[in-house]
Amino acid sequence: MPDLWEAARLALALIVAGDPELVEIVARSLAVSLSAVAIACLAGFPLGALLAVVRFPGRRIVIVVVYTLMSLPPVFVGLLVYVLLSRSGPLGVLGLMFTPTAMVIAQAILVGPIVTALAHRALRGLYVEYRDQLCSLGARPWQVAPTLLVDGRTELATAALAGFGRAIAEVGAVLIVGGNIAHVTRVMTTTIALETSKGNLALAMALGLILLLIALAVNAAVLALGRDARGT
Amino acid sequence: MPRPTFPALFPLVVLLALALAPVARAGERPFITLASTTSTENSGLFAHLLPRFTARTGIAVRVIAVGTGQALRLARNGDADVLLVHHRPAEDAFVAEGFGIERRDVMYNDFVLVGPAGDPAGIAGAPDAVTALRRIAAARSPFASRGDDSGTHKLERELWAAAGIDAAAASGTWYREMGNGMGATLNAAVAMNAYALSDRATWLAFGNRGTHRLLFAGDRALLNPYGAIVVNPARHPQVKVALARAFVDWLTGPEGRAAIAGFRVGGEQPFFPWPKDRTDARGRTGSVPGHGHRRQESTAAIAAAPG
Amino acid sequence: MLPLILEGIGFRAGGQDLLAGVDLAIAAGPPTLFLGPNGAGKSLLLRLCHGLLTPTAGAVRWTGIDAERARRRQAMVFQTPVMLRRAAAANVAYGLKLRGLARAERAARTAEALALTGLAELAKRPARLLSGGEQQRLALARAWALRPEVLFLDEPTASLDPAATGQVEAIVRGIAAAGVKIVMSTHDLGQARRLAGEIVFLCRGRVAERAAAGAFFAGPRCAEARAFLEGRLTW
Ligand SMILES: Nc1ncnc2c1ncn2[C@@H]1O[C@H](COP(=O)(O)OP(=O)(O)OP(=O)(O)O)[C@@H](O)[C@H]1O
Ligand SMILES: [Mg+2]
Repeated sequence: MPDLWEAARLALALIVAGDPELVEIVARSLAVSLSAVAIACLAGFPLGALLAVVRFPGRRIVIVVVYTLMSLPPVFVGLLVYVLLSRSGPLGVLGLMFTPTAMVIAQAILVGPIVTALAHRALRGLYVEYRDQLCSLGARPWQVAPTLLVDGRTELATAALAGFGRAIAEVGAVLIVGGNIAHVTRVMTTTIALETSKGNLALAMALGLILLLIALAVNAAVLALGRDARGT
Repeated sequence: MPRPTFPALFPLVVLLALALAPVARAGERPFITLASTTSTENSGLFAHLLPRFTARTGIAVRVIAVGTGQALRLARNGDADVLLVHHRPAEDAFVAEGFGIERRDVMYNDFVLVGPAGDPAGIAGAPDAVTALRRIAAARSPFASRGDDSGTHKLERELWAAAGIDAAAASGTWYREMGNGMGATLNAAVAMNAYALSDRATWLAFGNRGTHRLLFAGDRALLNPYGAIVVNPARHPQVKVALARAFVDWLTGPEGRAAIAGFRVGGEQPFFPWPKDRTDARGRTGSVPGHGHRRQESTAAIAAAPG
Repeated sequence: MLPLILEGIGFRAGGQDLLAGVDLAIAAGPPTLFLGPNGAGKSLLLRLCHGLLTPTAGAVRWTGIDAERARRRQAMVFQTPVMLRRAAAANVAYGLKLRGLARAERAARTAEALALTGLAELAKRPARLLSGGEQQRLALARAWALRPEVLFLDEPTASLDPAATGQVEAIVRGIAAAGVKIVMSTHDLGQARRLAGEIVFLCRGRVAERAAAGAFFAGPRCAEARAFLEGRLTW
């Protein structure tokens, strides 16, 4: 049984050595997950703002559905995207199966409800506070949402980080739609799963620690920028 | 005091993602998608073979390593160009249903029974695999089964049936169905002090053996042949038949055979090229190379034995 | 757009009549002040006038102009100022941007409004980090920068120090002198004396008395107002 120290030493050795294969896998993990989060936020933030501001019949139902979808199991999303993108599926002609693009799509589906729900929750509170003032200044509904998105940026950054955490750490979906192909779709989590199945537990744990370090770096960067931006 | 704000940060993130995107894209040289099993990938065989093939032909091979059953399903859906798998009946059905062009014998190895060094059920001296399993059942020693309907699992169930033991009835007691891949099952077996049936290649390359040992091997019933099938373009026109054929030809040709024979894990040879004169036709038992009797630590004897 | 006509206004919430039977015509001229104890309904009435609330009875009408157009010619300062999470200057510029003003015009008006309220130094400070009084002045700057024809002020000096109160009153007088109709609530009697052209005295959701400022302070007709002036009526 490997202990945590052994794993930590191994992780350090890997980082110091700057192992090109590790660098490649880390870069791919970041590219896939950041792209997925970016796409999810581009769709989810405006949607969350609309749900916070606009009243329409069925709004509550939509909100409950979005919140529920936060519990989407990654493997289920993987299968869903597989069914869509498989050569025998409706979007098979695109030939996206087992590509990083497919992984981005799966993770964006996984992250979308999280960033939407958290955006809705944060922007709803902000809207209650701002409503009268914005109305008094003559803001139209379509001007209110962008204002909330700008002023809710700290909360939205937190939402994006939560989504990023989900994306960078999930293995079920990317394994199914990416296939863990070496040098093509292999990312941190699928590598960890692979090394575990090879019985290389120390290496798997070391990679897990490196994954945590990456998450730490991303969170620290965003929060540092957030502190500078707070209140302005 | 101009400060970066999140609206300013956001395009930055998108840019970063786009900048990293090329990393995520593979080089645009021709490639085929090979659906195969975890044993071939985890043992390092592909890392040994594929660079040689790519250097020779310029064709890259993208490996999806899953169970035989799932590999066949992927190919059925047209998501792979070629298969390298190990469950003969399923392979034959795949070809018979018109999903594959033809099946070619590529290589073989064998399954082994591993367990705690103390061997509480005493399977090490068993005359054959079925007896070994009977001893495990009699001792009610824990046994970790794949339980995932993989090729290995299917063979294991055949062996239990031959032993006249209803292992499934004991599920949850000494018989434990992991519902997982070979590596995960071995990890669990080591953790639970359980016996397990593994293909030799995965066992050889497995890094977390603990005190587990290879306890039984060498029964003819444990033979594990691998076949390659090119997916039928009549079913899925996007299949890269020519490239896939080139791969199978190389694999079964002199260069591929030599590469398979030259592969070592920890000084041992996990895979053996299929004997040339036995280019299959009649199925598993009719055409298998003979097994040496209960040589446990190496398959060298199997390869050397006459057919 | 004036006079602003309130006809039989009632506002009901939580099973209570918070305002009832309010008939008012607010005409152009010197400031109209809503006076009354805590909870009398001053803020509610201002919101109704400004169009942020819809009355549950009666109607609010502007003269010769629909509510939608009237909206763009009025502004309001709230009792508790709402600060956008931006710099002070950006808070002022935001309202101007909503009105579609060009960037240069926005910058000029913002600078002017901040200077008027003594906030020029604080232009780049995050608005939410300003003190309560500074926030109140910023809210006034934001409203005034819109160049409204009618300006609603809900206790605009509630948390200001005496000097700042004096300055804000001077600003308000200046705005009123420029022809802007001021409609304002306060419970500061001195302030009411200094600023009011007319007094609307509210008590328990009703208009108890309406009079020219001079007449009101000389001798209020209703008992509640008398008690209020003498500091006996609390709520
Ligand atoms: N949305 C609402 N629902 C229920 N009650 C309300 C609501 N808004 C105001 N009220 C009540 O209506 C009454 C009048 O409130 P309002 O804010 O107009 O008082 P005010 O005269 O401005 O008092 P103050 O001098 O304390 O500012 C209060 O009793 C208040 O609690
Ligand atoms: Mg009030």
